[in-house]
Amino acid sequence: MSFQLETATVASDTLRRVAIDPVSRVEGHGKVTILLDEDNKVHQVRLHIVEFRGFERFIQGRPYWEVPVMVQRLCGICPVSHHLAASKALDLIVGAVRVTPTADKMRRLMHYGQILQSHALHFFHLSSPDLLFGFGSEVGRRNIVGVAQQYPDIAKKGILLRKFGQEVIRLTAGKRVHGTGAVPGGVNRSLTADERKDLLKDAYQMIAWSRDAVRIIKELHQQDPALYDHFGTVRSSFMGLVAPDGSLDLYHGVLRARDADGRILFDQVDYQTYDRLITEEVKPWSYMKFPYFTAMGPAAGWYKVGPLARVQNCDSIPTPFAEHERRELVAYGGGKPLHGSLAFHWARMIEMLFAAETIKDLLHDDDLSGTELMTGGERRREGVGVIEAPRGTLFHHYQVGDDDLVTMANLIVSTTNNNQAMNTAVREVAKQYLDGKEITEGLLNHLEVAIRAFDPCLSCATHALGKMPLEVRLVDAEGTELDRKYKA
Amino acid sequence: MNDSFLLDGEDIPFTPGQTVMQAAAAAGKYIPHLCWHPDFAAHGSCKLCTVKIGGRFATSCTVRAAAGQEVENRTDELDAKRRTLLQLLFVEGNHFCPSCEKSGDCALQATAYELGMLTPHFDHFYPDRPVDASHPDVLLEFNRCILCELCVRASRDVDGKNVFALAGRGTRSHLVVNSDTGRLADTDFAATDRAAAVCPVGVILKKRVGFAVPIGQRTYDRQPISAGLRADDKAGAGFGEAG
Ligand code: SF4
Ligand code: FES
Repeated sequence: MSFQLETATVASDTLRRVAIDPVSRVEGHGKVTILLDEDNKVHQVRLHIVEFRGFERFIQGRPYWEVPVMVQRLCGICPVSHHLAASKALDLIVGAVRVTPTADKMRRLMHYGQILQSHALHFFHLSSPDLLFGFGSEVGRRNIVGVAQQYPDIAKKGILLRKFGQEVIRLTAGKRVHGTGAVPGGVNRSLTADERKDLLKDAYQMIAWSRDAVRIIKELHQQDPALYDHFGTVRSSFMGLVAPDGSLDLYHGVLRARDADGRILFDQVDYQTYDRLITEEVKPWSYMKFPYFTAMGPAAGWYKVGPLARVQNCDSIPTPFAEHERRELVAYGGGKPLHGSLAFHWARMIEMLFAAETIKDLLHDDDLSGTELMTGGERRREGVGVIEAPRGTLFHHYQVGDDDLVTMANLIVSTTNNNQAMNTAVREVAKQYLDGKEITEGLLNHLEVAIRAFDPCLSCATHALGKMPLEVRLVDAEGTELDRKYKA
Repeated sequence: MNDSFLLDGEDIPFTPGQTVMQAAAAAGKYIPHLCWHPDFAAHGSCKLCTVKIGGRFATSCTVRAAAGQEVENRTDELDAKRRTLLQLLFVEGNHFCPSCEKSGDCALQATAYELGMLTPHFDHFYPDRPVDASHPDVLLEFNRCILCELCVRASRDVDGKNVFALAGRGTRSHLVVNSDTGRLADTDFAATDRAAAVCPVGVILKKRVGFAVPIGQRTYDRQPISAGLRADDKAGAGFGEAG
């Protein structure tokens, strides 16, 4: 039994609370507007995202210790990432500059469980139907059910990988969704030896299946390089966390960015100073901000985050199988970074393998069963927490007053970091597939695939059955709507 | 003393002067309640403890037990009325259990579970009640107040400080702090006061505790409220405190 406290309709616009789930997600579908120029060529393409309006306001005025739990409710798509990023920021507020080894490893385990389950969901449930059957194939079959019929083995692995990740989350966070495992200054639980043993039983199988998944996506690339190498290509800079030694670390590290050719733009940046590096631009037609590297300006300074950025940003991956796969991906690019939207899938599966290997390693570590859960120190007024969420770099930044209430909150979610890149990808696809003044089925399908490659945290894009409701409008230079198609 | 009455058909012994609620609690029988607490004089305001005695409604926390009474308690009729009372309490305040640090230790939430309340049913009032974070050790989150007056009684009768009071009438009733500024910091309230630990919901909160005890391991996560444990009674005495 559960409470349905959110069943009220919007009663008044003076309310603070109504805009939280589910009312803030009123628009369950993606919206794309294609603007044409005088010659009826694609001028601009806008991807409208309504999921994130003003959620910082909900946090302001709340006691800081509530925040890691509260932020999970802001976005239903990756609650664990918000939970951890907020906790990391608030560690600093309570003076826990370094949490205990048990806390650090519990959180890492939780995080890699989230990476595993999210990447598995994305690849197997959401994307594999498109990739295995082709973008233009019959819609009725293009879902996980269709995959289960034709490729039962692949579907089964997908489902069990996700389940394993969820089990890791349940044991570390306390619940499968919306847990409370991480608290400012540490964690509130550790694992028993039996819990670790139970998870370890399956961990090796998960590594094997993750390796299979990398193989599947590699083979798809090889079968159709023309498509995979060029579809929705967005050349841009890219950014992510790396460990201080340059290796891949999705939980903690320093910021590094490269330009489109792979040259280092900045490295070893302490993320406490992110606001000196990044400016968030507001555009009148979008609820979502457009961040860019301040030094490069808004026109050139936008960037990508996420699996493809991370796998190509790091110098190595600290687990052997994933490192082997990383090298293959890098070799495939011939020394130049890949930028095709579909290469995201490849990188994502390498990360899933990395997560599976990391989970296995962590489970062998006795610190996970330690009893020192919390630490603290001199109180501070400000803290930034950054984590590499499944979809990319996630920033949580808070200021807390002496009365313990949050006075300022700024969040840059992964999808916001990718905002300009997604818009650009959608424009490239529209240019390539828009024929005349009509929105064809083919255009719709390709737009959908391009958006999904970024794994944006839109409720529409993460529909569990893999159908993405999408509305596309075609508007000419005068502002007249030429066509509108809706895809349910 | 061998006096007894019938509660849902079961014999409940009592000592003269005891209320129906006290006798039932002493016998380990649960009558839903919110404003009653074994350590304090009955208040009789929430009406959740309403039972039927000889076919007539009565608040069991205030009515004296009498030999031979036939008391109806957990009947469908009474529980339905109690659910409605709970729903009214839920919509009058801002009770957002998912991010409330009192979740699992909250008597309102636990009672709603016990009585199978599934939706708030009524339109939310969404009152706008700013929190009072002025006190160094205790936070007041007025949005969750159910006006049970337990803090009022505890501060006045046990702590001898009279920090809290109810003000306003009807739907405008609200908890106030007795200081010139209305701020808790400007009273002699202390985190060790009885009143600091008595709130059955999430209004009076020790600061910086939050989710240190995981959800799932809290008082009413482990057993339903009908089993008799109180979240404010960490010693776990449960039933048996006749009060
Ligand atoms: S603050 Fe708590 S104890 Fe005081 S009246 Fe409100 S609900 Fe009752
Ligand atoms: S418990 Fe009897 S009226 Fe509240």
